[in-house]
Amino acid sequence: MALVVFVFATILMLAEGLRKTLVDTGSYDNVIVIRRASTTEVQSGIDRYQASIVETQPEIAIVQNGRRLAAKELMVIINLPKRGSEKPSNVTIRGINEQSLLLRPQVKLIEGRMPKTGSYEVIAGENITRRFRGCGMGEKLHFGMRDWTVVGAFRAGSTGFNSEIWGDVDQLMQAFRRPVYSSVTFKLRDASDFEVLKERIETDPRLTLEAKREIQYYADQSEMMTKFLRILGMSLTIIFSIGAMIGATITMYAAVANRTSEIGTLRALGFQRRNILFAFLVESMLMSIIGGFAGLFFASFMQFLTISTVNWQTFSELAFSFTLTGGIVYESSIFSIVMGFLGGVFPAFRASKMNIVDALSTR
Amino acid sequence: MHILKLIFRNTLRHKLRTALTILGITIAILAFGILRTLVSAWYSGVEASSSARLITRNSISLVFSLPLSYKEKIRQIPGVKGVSYAIWFNGAYISEKNFIPNFAVEPKTFLELYPEYVLPEDQKTAFIRDRKSAIAGRKVAERFQWKAGDTIILKGTIFPGAWEFVLRGIYYGAEKSADETQLFFHWNYLNERLKKTTPRRADQTGVYIIAIDDPDRAAEVSEAVDKTFKNSLAETLTETEKAFQMSFVTMTQAIVTVIQLVSFLVIIIIMAVVANTMSMTARERIGEYAIMKTLGFGGWHIAILILAESLVITMTGCVLGITLTFPGAEYFGKTMGNFFPVFDVSAMTLLLDVAASFFVGLIAAAFPTWHAVNIRIAEGLRRIG
Repeated sequence: MALVVFVFATILMLAEGLRKTLVDTGSYDNVIVIRRASTTEVQSGIDRYQASIVETQPEIAIVQNGRRLAAKELMVIINLPKRGSEKPSNVTIRGINEQSLLLRPQVKLIEGRMPKTGSYEVIAGENITRRFRGCGMGEKLHFGMRDWTVVGAFRAGSTGFNSEIWGDVDQLMQAFRRPVYSSVTFKLRDASDFEVLKERIETDPRLTLEAKREIQYYADQSEMMTKFLRILGMSLTIIFSIGAMIGATITMYAAVANRTSEIGTLRALGFQRRNILFAFLVESMLMSIIGGFAGLFFASFMQFLTISTVNWQTFSELAFSFTLTGGIVYESSIFSIVMGFLGGVFPAFRASKMNIVDALSTR
Repeated sequence: MHILKLIFRNTLRHKLRTALTILGITIAILAFGILRTLVSAWYSGVEASSSARLITRNSISLVFSLPLSYKEKIRQIPGVKGVSYAIWFNGAYISEKNFIPNFAVEPKTFLELYPEYVLPEDQKTAFIRDRKSAIAGRKVAERFQWKAGDTIILKGTIFPGAWEFVLRGIYYGAEKSADETQLFFHWNYLNERLKKTTPRRADQTGVYIIAIDDPDRAAEVSEAVDKTFKNSLAETLTETEKAFQMSFVTMTQAIVTVIQLVSFLVIIIIMAVVANTMSMTARERIGEYAIMKTLGFGGWHIAILILAESLVITMTGCVLGITLTFPGAEYFGKTMGNFFPVFDVSAMTLLLDVAASFFVGLIAAAFPTWHAVNIRIAEGLRRIG
């Protein structure tokens, strides 16, 4: 029983962790503009001309010095070997400008400094520094025929940015020989302006672009993963709960059979049929809730694990951890009680239907 | 003979309990079978790859392309038998939810290099001759009810625009492991249009597929290819097709590991259920065992009785579970069809099924057996069930 709840809770936690990572990555009043029909930044391409049109839209928030809070960014994927296993995986590189950090308040520098504009310097997300070779502080990465020095590490809560490497956008564009941006991200002056802006950008004949709220953009990216996890999780949960219910039923039937004479005695003493029914049901539910708590207890340790995998839609590395929320604790407890009830209901009925004389006469 | 009869009678003594236990095992084996199939579906690309083919890609990562001029240079390298090239197009059919892997390829050399994709001769010629044509795998054609001559429009995600193709043929796999869900069309068709719209991206390809004379020289040839393009703007990375496919699997290793872990958890859980049943059974019959011992039956006799009963239960469940695995996997494969091109129950899975249920039966019965064998006659007789 404990095992079943463990699996149930773990899968819920996994899905929750993934959802949280991707949803936290975006913020509601940020808008991301990518080329129409491309689903991710990697596929997208926006040339300088189009990017500057987007950048001058009046709805964009303005910060000090009258500058607009918009970042024209480049996003590509490179292969880097993991520490230890040396197996390569895909890592996202994001070319940033000065505004990028302001747009994403979740991102905090924890070590070193920001890369200087115009230099071959990069900073790496927390998940990357630890797990990929050449991404630690002061180490050098080689790509695009150049060596790039890692001058800092940043932490970005539990967001997808943790699995990225950031560097100066113009330098990266040069190195990769890719004279187009991938996306333009900006903050809205007023979050409710979005519809108007979207309409204008998407109907402008000079632009072949599409605007999305950042939250929506990241939720779309994980759609396939979450769907996969959900189908897998549901089928597993059903299978496991049937197994657990069968276990509970067998045990309870045996309990009833063992205590036949006790039941008879209780009935003879004047306890009602429903008292007996109730007693067995409670026993079964108690049993499964103890199992449930044990399962949750072990599942809570899973929070220390971080899972990393490649998201098929973006084709890049994404690390996320199991997340235990109050909702999951609640759901798992309900789940185990229901299992206990279903497993115990038939044996309890049998117990309550016993004939007093027959029950007493069995040895 | 008598002992067999006794075993079966014993098994059927608590009909309900036995039935429930068998049901439990059936479900566990079913789950185990499907999970194993899922794992092997993950590796299907690796299974289907040939050791006589190498894949050359841009060393930075797959999203970067390689210039077409590399083709002739690669062809000159000793040990190379043939070169073809392909580019990942990732067009969406109607909506992005209808995921079809689609590639722009050089049709003639590509079909030569992939003998496992079989096309009728007339369709093959039609495909090679018509620059606007495409071929699709049997499974994907069935899914969208395409037939030769249909017009298919893909919405480009990497290459913007609507792309129109005429389906000229439907290929099927020569082996079971071949992926029958893909769509291939002419690289030239893509390139001509790119020359007009974005000349920057024209004359580029995603990967080169290299056929080599001798699979044993794969490492040598790969090295020679990479050396040729060292220090150029687009350095290459060449690996065997197997390694190339494997790199996709390792990237999602975490998920595979989770599934594998869960599949073993299923077995452990069911072991607990069977062990529970067996120990209850044995406890109830301690008196009988004592009587049998009094009558002169040896310890091993009793051990066989319990073990065999446990095995009868698990094996029945196993057989039922395996029979259910096939329709189960088929259904599962359909729901998940977009994710996995090949979803077949392998012989290995079945073997594992049988082995797992055998061990479950054995281990579940171990403790009750040990107890029943070791109990002293007087003690056993004194016990009141």
